[in-house]
Order: sequence, then C-alpha cells, then structure tokens
Amino acid sequence: MPEPLLRVVDVRKAFGGVRAVDGVSFDLARGEIRALIGPNGAGKSTFFNILAGLLRADDGAVAYRGEEILGLAPHAIWRRGVSRTFQITATFATLSALENVQVARLSHTRRSRALLRPAGGLEVERSLALLAQVGLAEQSGRPAGVLAYGDLKKLELAIALANDPELLLLDEPTAGMAPAERGALMALTASIARERTLTVLFTEHDMDVVFTVAERVMVLHQGRVIAEGAPDTVRADPEVQAVYLGEAAWAT
Amino acid sequence: MSPSLVLIQLLSGLAHAMVLFLIASGLSLIFGVTRIVNFAHGSFYMLAAYLTYTLAATLPLGAAAFYVAVLLAAASVGLAGLGVEVALLRRVYRAPELYQLLLTFALVLVVADVVKLFWGSENLTGPAAPGLAGSVEIAGQLFPTYDLALIGLGPLVAAGLWWLFYRTRWGVLIRAATQDREMVAVLGVDQARLFTSVFVLGSFLAGLGGALQVPRQALTNVMDASIITEAFVVVVVGGMGSVPGALLAAALIGVIDAFGVLVLPRASLVVPFVVMAVVLIVRPWGLLGRPEVQQRTAGGAIVTAGTVRVPPRWLAAVLAALIAVPPFLPTFHVWVLVEILAFALFAASLHLLMGTGGMVSFGHAASFGLGAYGAALLVTWTKAPMLLAFAAAPLAAAVGAALYGYFCVRLSSIYFAMLTLAFAQIAFAIVHQWYDVTGGDNGLLGIWPAAWLAGPLAYYYLALTACGGGIALLARIGRAPFGLTLRAARDHARRAETVGINIRLHQWTAFVVAGFFGGVAGGTFAFLKGSVFPNLLAVPMSVEPLVMVLLGGVQAPAGAPVGAAIYKLLDTVATRYTEYWQLVLGAILILLVLAFPRGILGVVGDRRA
Ligand SMILES: Nc1ncnc2c1ncn2[C@@H]1O[C@H](COP(=O)(O)OP(=O)(O)O)[C@@H](O)[C@H]1O
Ligand SMILES: [Mg+2]
Repeated sequence: MPEPLLRVVDVRKAFGGVRAVDGVSFDLARGEIRALIGPNGAGKSTFFNILAGLLRADDGAVAYRGEEILGLAPHAIWRRGVSRTFQITATFATLSALENVQVARLSHTRRSRALLRPAGGLEVERSLALLAQVGLAEQSGRPAGVLAYGDLKKLELAIALANDPELLLLDEPTAGMAPAERGALMALTASIARERTLTVLFTEHDMDVVFTVAERVMVLHQGRVIAEGAPDTVRADPEVQAVYLGEAAWAT
Repeated sequence: MSPSLVLIQLLSGLAHAMVLFLIASGLSLIFGVTRIVNFAHGSFYMLAAYLTYTLAATLPLGAAAFYVAVLLAAASVGLAGLGVEVALLRRVYRAPELYQLLLTFALVLVVADVVKLFWGSENLTGPAAPGLAGSVEIAGQLFPTYDLALIGLGPLVAAGLWWLFYRTRWGVLIRAATQDREMVAVLGVDQARLFTSVFVLGSFLAGLGGALQVPRQALTNVMDASIITEAFVVVVVGGMGSVPGALLAAALIGVIDAFGVLVLPRASLVVPFVVMAVVLIVRPWGLLGRPEVQQRTAGGAIVTAGTVRVPPRWLAAVLAALIAVPPFLPTFHVWVLVEILAFALFAASLHLLMGTGGMVSFGHAASFGLGAYGAALLVTWTKAPMLLAFAAAPLAAAVGAALYGYFCVRLSSIYFAMLTLAFAQIAFAIVHQWYDVTGGDNGLLGIWPAAWLAGPLAYYYLALTACGGGIALLARIGRAPFGLTLRAARDHARRAETVGINIRLHQWTAFVVAGFFGGVAGGTFAFLKGSVFPNLLAVPMSVEPLVMVLLGGVQAPAGAPVGAAIYKLLDTVATRYTEYWQLVLGAILILLVLAFPRGILGVVGDRRA
C-alpha cells in the first residue's frame, strides 16, 4: 500500500472541559476526495484549524507526506502544499478579487517581501486564470468587501488554489449558498481536484452534495470518528443514523 | 533611608495615587465602553482644577466654599463631557473610530487656550482645604493632613464605583459593553445613551481628580499633558476598562514614582514607562484586565474602504511647483516649506504603519527623535561632517525601530499603540535625563548644515530630495508586493497566515522601514533648526503625525503629505497672527473632522467613486 498523503494519529484538543477533538486517527490517500461530516459542534472546524496550524493540538501526530506538521506555523504548513478555506468566509475586504489571489500567488512565488517593484503587473495572468476557473473573471476588479456571498466562497476557493496545493481543506465550502449553486460549486471543485489530482477533505452539511461528490465519507461526533467508508455504507450505519436522528435531512 | 522616611514617602505616593486613580478610572471606563482614546481627558482635569480655584475664591460660603467648589467644578466638567459627546463625538461614531481621537486632540488644543485666556499663563497657587490645612505627625515626621484625607477618599470612590457597576442595571450594561460591544447592541440597549452616560461619568471623575489636586499643586498650563500620559500608563498597567485594575495600578505607579525620585533621581521619568512596557510584553491585557474577545486595531477597523489614489497628473504638477516656485519665495516661506517637507515624510512614514499596515502607533516620535539625535550626537561628539551625520539619522532610527518593534509587533490594537508610546517615552526620558551625553533639556546646539548647503534654497533642495524622495519610495513600497501583502494582513490576519505570510516578520519589516523614513525626517528637521531638544521625542510629536494622517485620509497614501501641509500651514499662520493659535487650530480641526469624517482625500475619493 502506498504511503498516505496525510496520516492523522490520535489528535486531541480540549477547550476547558469540552473535548472538541477527542482522539481522531485516519489516513488520507493521495487523490482522494473525502467528506468529513457531523452535526454542529462535532469538532470539524477545530480539527481543520489544527491541521492548518491555527490551533495547537493537545496531543497527537499528523504526518503530511511523511513529515510531521503539527506545531508548525500556519505559513509553514501552507508552504508545504496544504491549503484551506474557512467556514466563515475569510478574504481581504479592501483588496480587489484579483489582488486577493495575487497576494497568495506572490506569497507562493516568495515575492511577498519585494519592496520596490510595483505589484500591479505581477502574477496577473495566473491569478486571472484562477478567477476564471472559479467563474469570477467578471468580478476581478471589485473589492472583496462588496462581493456577493456566493462569490466570496468562490474567491476563497481561488485563493486556496493559488499555491498549487496538494491537499485542500474546505470547511463548509458551500454554506450559506442557494441549493442550486452549492451543487455546481462542489462539482466544479471536484473537477478541478481531479484535473490536478488534488486530495480534498471537506466538511459539508448538504447531504446531496456529499453523496454526489465524495468518494469516501467520515463521520465525526463529539470529537470522535464514529464511521468511515464509502458513502452508501456510512449512510446505512446504525450509529450514524442514531447521531443524525431528528436532524431533518441531516442538515443543521 | 530611615523607616519613617520610607513610610512618609509611601504615604505621599499613595496620596498622588488616589488622584491618579480618579483620572485613570474615568479614562479606562470611557475607553472600555466607547473605545475612544480620549486625549482630552487631561484637559478636563486641568479645567476642573482652574474652575475650583476660581469658585473657591468667589463663592460666599466661607469654609464650605472650597468643598462646594470641588463638587461644582467636577459637575461642570461632567456637563462639558456631555456637550462634547453629544455635539461632537456622536457625529463621527460611524467614521473610522480614530477620527474621534482626532476630535479629542482638537479639544486638547482648545481647552489649553481657553485656560490661558481666562486664567493667564502664570502658575497659580490654590487655596488650602479648610479644616485639612495643617500637618499631622507620623512616625516623627510631618505629613500633610489633606494628603491623608485623600488616601481615605480613594477607596471610598472605588467602593462607590464598585456599587455602581455591580449593583445597578446600568453597571451590568457597562460591564457587558466593556467585554463585548456587539453583544450590547444585540441586546437592544440604546448605545448612544450608554455612551453618553459613560462619557459624562468619566469626565466627572477626571474633573474630581483635577479639583482635588488644587490644594496639593500649583496650577499650570501644562498640567493636562503631564497627567494624561501618566493616566495612560495606569490604565494600561491596570487593564483597559478595569476599575479595580486602575486602583491597583495607580497605587503601584504612585508609589513607584515617589520612591523613584528618591532612589533613582536620574532615571525617575523612565521608570513608569519601563513598568508599562514590561506589563505589556508579559501580560498585554494588564494586571486585572481580560484579554479581548475579538482582536481589533486601536479604535476599530482603521481602513474600511479601498485605497484612494491621486491621479499622476496632479502629482506631477505638485512636484513641478515644488521645484520651480521656491526661488521666487521670501526666505521665511522657504523655511516653512522645508518644515512641511520634513513633516510630510514623517506623516507618510506613519501612514505605512497605520494606513497600509493597520498598526496605529502612538510613539512614532521615537523615529523622528532618534533620527534627529542620531545626527546631532554624531556632530557634537565626533565632529562628523554634516552629510555623514545626515545619513546616519535614518540608520539610528531604523536600528531603534528594529529593537522596540520586535516587541511591538507581537501585540495588536490598542496594546500595540500603548507599547509604542511606552518605548517613545523611554527614549524621551533617556534623552531628557542623560545630561552628560544629550545635554538634557538644554538640548544640543550648533547642528548646522555644511556651508554649501546652509542657504535656504540649497537646504530646501536637499530637503526636497531627501523627503520628497522618501515619500516617493514609501508610495512605491505601498504599491509593491510588500505593501499589498501588508494590506492583506491588515484586512484579515488569519487568512494572510494561511496563504503563507509570516505576519510578524512582515509587520516588523514595515516598522523598520517606517522608522528609517521617520529618521530621515528627523535628520532634516535637526539641521533645519540647528539644534535638537527632548521635545522631539515627546508625546505631542507622536500625536501630530497621527493627526496629519487622519486629516489627509488614512485610506489615501497621498493623504499624509496633504494632511501634513494643511496642518503645518494652519499652525504657522495661526501662531503668526494670534497668541491663541491653539484655539484657532483646534477649532479648525474640529470643523475639518466634521466636514471630512474620513479625511480630506478619503471623502474626495468617496465622492469620485
Ligand atoms: N475557541 C474555542 N473556545 C472554546 N470552545 C470552542 C472553541 N472553538 C470551538 N469550541 C467548541 O468546540 C466544539 C467543536 O466546535 P467546532 O469545531 O466549531 O465544531 P463544528 O465545526 O463541527 O461545528 C464545540 O463544542 C465548540 O463550542
Ligand atoms: Mg464548523
């Protein structure tokens, strides 16, 4: 069996008495598209923050391409090819959509600290291509602060793709979008991922989206992985059904 | 030191601490709830002291006159606070919050001249407090009865405030608002009224502090400036928004001050600021404060809209005029232009920090002063040639900035601002008290340009090259990947970190670059005046570029030079034609802020968009 791209071993994080992530372990194979689902408060965002270096885990190990990344600074983890989006959209509000992507491209090509060259002409083609890929070509000149919510989600995706990542962590990439838009955005994400052989781990509440896009599904409940496998197997799992019982259409 | 002397010193430190507590608790309260950094707080204190002086002398109440005067003065100042909040501050609550700071600074100027107008500039000695005029013997030493009474009063006021905060509905709201302002808005509380009431109470406390100070201290025109920095120290050390913290910190600082003068007379000025710097580095939220729920920049989001750029044609026209016109100007005007150039660069360097980087510095004077002193010390002690010393100015400032910036960029928002203030004050105190090297408040004289640069036009063109070139470079840096990335980190720190940006390193670099150009400005200024004095590092010198940046517009890189030019011109004209230039300048600033609540270029940019 080839070495997994990501190997997570017994990661834990508690906030006071709340065990937000309580011993999570799994392997993620190269090129896999996996959904991480679970009710609100299950610990998904916390786990993503740990992987991205924004939160320090209490315990555990995370090997990415065989190297330990727990404890590295966020910028160091991103440099290794792990990119992410945020549940609550995080963009640079006063910068244009194009500049938002440029910032990430300049960082990737290690030119963020150039003091005297005008940034206006740098990385423009690549950044515009990324914007076009997510369907934002027309909005490239507008400040992120005035973009519609759905467009912000797309912009986040474009930013996340700017470092030619190998592993993409998407925290509720379609939250807050209209149902029709959701399916389209995730289909787009999946096609980009396949084209670039990206590995994707995403959280999502819309089960239709999960079951059309994900190759495997992992269920988190109270900080623990309670099921993992092909979508249909997971759907049929009695424990999973019990967790979701009463939560209409699995969506919260 | 004998034990009895220690005791007396301790007591007199505590007496001062009680006055300090009154003022600092008001300041802390206002900041905690409204997020306004109220520079005018010291002015309210001074105003109440003078009012008490006059009322105590005129009220026909015999021995009670003084006490009635104290209450009346404090109440009047509370009312003045009401007027200020309702008539001025409330109009700009929706502008980037720093514009309120600009208003409070304008008030400082206005009140200073109002006091001068009514009471003159001579020091005044107030009445003793009837019934508490003498001394009591403590451990064989005489101690003023009045000071003893103050020591008793402080805890009483603290208890009263405690009751207010913990036993009334109003107090619950205040505490909630200090923790999380958005929450109170959600709870459906009338924010405007809450803010007004807090501002009135805070002003009243400042007034009470000033009124009670009258029997202890001669009244001077500068008592506002001396108290406000000390009050800031207390607020920061105690924890923003924490009244018990203010009490503890006031006691600490009061006692440290009292002993500092005895033990380390030559370093007494520096000690409180070292304490503040250490507290900020080790425990940024203060001794009894709490870490903030959300991180914010000093006074909220500073830049909330895209960058406003001035068309290149205009820039070319201005540059052409700056090159061609001065030979036809009278000498005095050329000197004024040089000063404007120096300040334009000084403000532009601050803009890189606060506009592009979102890091509001209250201590940018440090770069200006280190530059000026770097050059002047070199000239004085090594007889270095002028151009060498001139070139050393930015290096000295950049090295200084690298040192203290290392600590500052670890903090954000108001804590960053206060740490910069602390370092600037430390530099000020060193320069002020290290007579053998810096000449103390006698300054260093004879810092003249080389002969071939000494004429007004020659020096003007040097200044134009150095400062104009500096401004152009700063503008270029702002547009470079470095500046773009700095803006990104300002807009969303977490997002920036997760696209591979090492924010601290980036901000630190910005700090050093800003220090460097501030140093160029300082060097230019030193050779313009032929001398340097400690006031180049003092608080007003940090506030002025802040005012200039805000006046021009934070979101416009060209705003800083525009603001500097307008401010300096107003300043020059006002000082020339009236003794009460602060009043005129302050009034004009108030009008400008009300007319251009995002700065002049900011508002112009909005209109064009
Ligand atoms: N910064 C924090 N401080 C305290 N508790 C937190 C913090 N972040 C998350 N939690 C708690 O951790 C648990 C997991 O939250 P989260 O990771 O956001 O879940 P999910 O993303 O699955 O909805 C929740 O109980 C939440 O209240
Ligand atoms: Mg979440």
